[in-house]
Amino acid sequence: MAAQYFADENARRNYLIRKIVGKVFLYLFITLFALFILTPFIFMVWGSFVDKEAFKTFTSTGDFAKLGELSVNNYADIFSSTYKNSLDGSTTPRPSFAQYFLNTFIVAISSTLVTVVTAVLAAFAFARLEFKGKNALFAGLLATMMIPGEMMVITNYQTTIQLDWKYTFSALIFVHGVSVFYIFYLRQAFQQIPNELYLAAKVDGVNDIEYLLKVMIPIAMPTIVTILILSLMGSWNSYIWPTLVANGNWKYNKDYNMQLVSNGLMSLFSSEVSSGYDAVKIAGSMVVTAPLFVFFLIFREYIMRGVSRSGIKG
Amino acid sequence: MTATNQALTVEDVQAILAEKHSTSHLINRKRHVTLPQWATAWIVLIPALIFLVLFMFYPILNTFFMAFIQDFRWVSGAGSFAFGNFIQGCFNWKGKFENNLIPSFGFENFVIVLKNEVFLNSILNTALLVVIEVPLTIIVALLIATFLNSIKALKGLYQTIFFLPYVTNTIALGLVFQMLFASNTGGLMNILLKNLFGIDPINWLSSAEVRIGSTALPPATKFHQGVVIVIYALWNGLAFKILVFMSGLATIDKQYSDAAKVDGSSSFTIWRRITLPLLSPQILYITITSFIGAFKMYTGVMSVYSAAGKGAYYFGGERGEDWITVVGWIYKQLDLSQDKPGIAAAGSLVLLSIILVITAVQFAVSKRRVHY
Repeated sequence: MAAQYFADENARRNYLIRKIVGKVFLYLFITLFALFILTPFIFMVWGSFVDKEAFKTFTSTGDFAKLGELSVNNYADIFSSTYKNSLDGSTTPRPSFAQYFLNTFIVAISSTLVTVVTAVLAAFAFARLEFKGKNALFAGLLATMMIPGEMMVITNYQTTIQLDWKYTFSALIFVHGVSVFYIFYLRQAFQQIPNELYLAAKVDGVNDIEYLLKVMIPIAMPTIVTILILSLMGSWNSYIWPTLVANGNWKYNKDYNMQLVSNGLMSLFSSEVSSGYDAVKIAGSMVVTAPLFVFFLIFREYIMRGVSRSGIKG
Repeated sequence: MTATNQALTVEDVQAILAEKHSTSHLINRKRHVTLPQWATAWIVLIPALIFLVLFMFYPILNTFFMAFIQDFRWVSGAGSFAFGNFIQGCFNWKGKFENNLIPSFGFENFVIVLKNEVFLNSILNTALLVVIEVPLTIIVALLIATFLNSIKALKGLYQTIFFLPYVTNTIALGLVFQMLFASNTGGLMNILLKNLFGIDPINWLSSAEVRIGSTALPPATKFHQGVVIVIYALWNGLAFKILVFMSGLATIDKQYSDAAKVDGSSSFTIWRRITLPLLSPQILYITITSFIGAFKMYTGVMSVYSAAGKGAYYFGGERGEDWITVVGWIYKQLDLSQDKPGIAAAGSLVLLSIILVITAVQFAVSKRRVHY
């Protein structure tokens, strides 16, 4: 091709060789790192199906030959509400993962609703309406984004106890009922909507709230969906706050365990130290990660777009 | 009478049509519900403001306040709302602050915190992790993003793969990393090292001796634990950075590098002289957020020790403090000595000042280096 660009055949060959070697190196580098990223996932999927005793033998010997057949027994263990001690064979009751899932669904859905409603309303005020002190208030909000959440956790923990919210859903739902970042993000989406629409609606006698509901929310729907998804994922992964306020039984029902999936996972990991339970623990990790993956595959576009602008996790 | 009914004038028809099509009835109906803008604004702000004041503004104030109160005990009852009680006390000194509860202000908490060996150790650990992990992750992410940007085949697949760690649960994958770095011969990392380099099994994480047949591996050194933590942090941190760099690269106009190519510049020169400077806003953003994020590291460290069965505040080693981080230390105070939140508050203020200093320095540097 296009031999006239090169001084002679040699130069052309050198160019091609360098180009091919470069491409090979490129793909090699990327593939190596992709393997690095994938290995834990592959290991997790595989380990979760290996018999727990066989897994124990494997980790102590490194012998792939004695792995035996794959089964779903580990998953049965995860969702059973008794826990069998591998040393003496005794069984003790413990919450099943179904319980953790239920708790997490309740918290994730309600806290997402609260967060999105507060964010939409506040963003509407900041983007569309004029009022005294708007800029000062908004600057104040942005300033709080600089402050580490740990500072708030210390006092919020006391507030929770003072309000008698420890071991209740309220503590998990309302304390993070507003997100400055979401307000900021939505305000930008709202500001993209042309002013003419607002004026036209005014002429037709539509009031501000109707304008928000019938014009702004439909137009900014992609952004709102992104926020919904990020918020749901955040609840699914939240660990520290639930550990502090809900790492036990529900205040109103002593048999009802309040832990969310991450906390449940942590108690599973701590429940038995001996390695005879390792494969079950891996199945636990799998059970918590799989829903996130399915979610990600469905909403890939929304998630990646939202994340590239935010960088918030858990 | 009937005659006028049958013969409609042009004016009549116009009037009827106008009535049919006018929006005046709408306006009349709505006008009485239309509030002035400022009133609507405050009404829609109320829900957000309630949460903001209760769980954000007040906590910031209160934590500041608590850090400067000496010997503040809150579990004992009175004084739980430190700041609220103080305000109340100002107006009624005979009320809440009787019985030695009048707070005295000072730097005692900060003295305690800064003399605390574990806290100083946690700052050192965190700084060490930050200094190693942040540049490493940024460089690798930058390389991967540049490479990904220059390929066509399988680009989407690779992009998705590199994003996967972002949509995982830190605790769950922390366990998987523990298993990969299992201390005995069956740990995947040990198998790999044995087969590739002939290295004997290494005890990566366990604070106890590990027996393999007749030999015993000594407890994990701080170095080996650190390796696991950094690798996990790298694995976890790449996704977001690659994504941001990729979106930055997508906005760079191809004609710059095309022009340079015509002038005979090598790919590396183009990358160094064109791509990097044009990507500098994203690099600055990533640098600042990763420094701040890494300084607040906690779950990433704690989760690689979760199978040790020692709870959420175990960070390796005999005493559980080998790799304790600043945030880990703060939460440990909150959980263990709940009557001393002043100490935790002082610790969090130290963290805040470190973060502010880092951010200020980075902005100062960026003024000279970043091209917008």
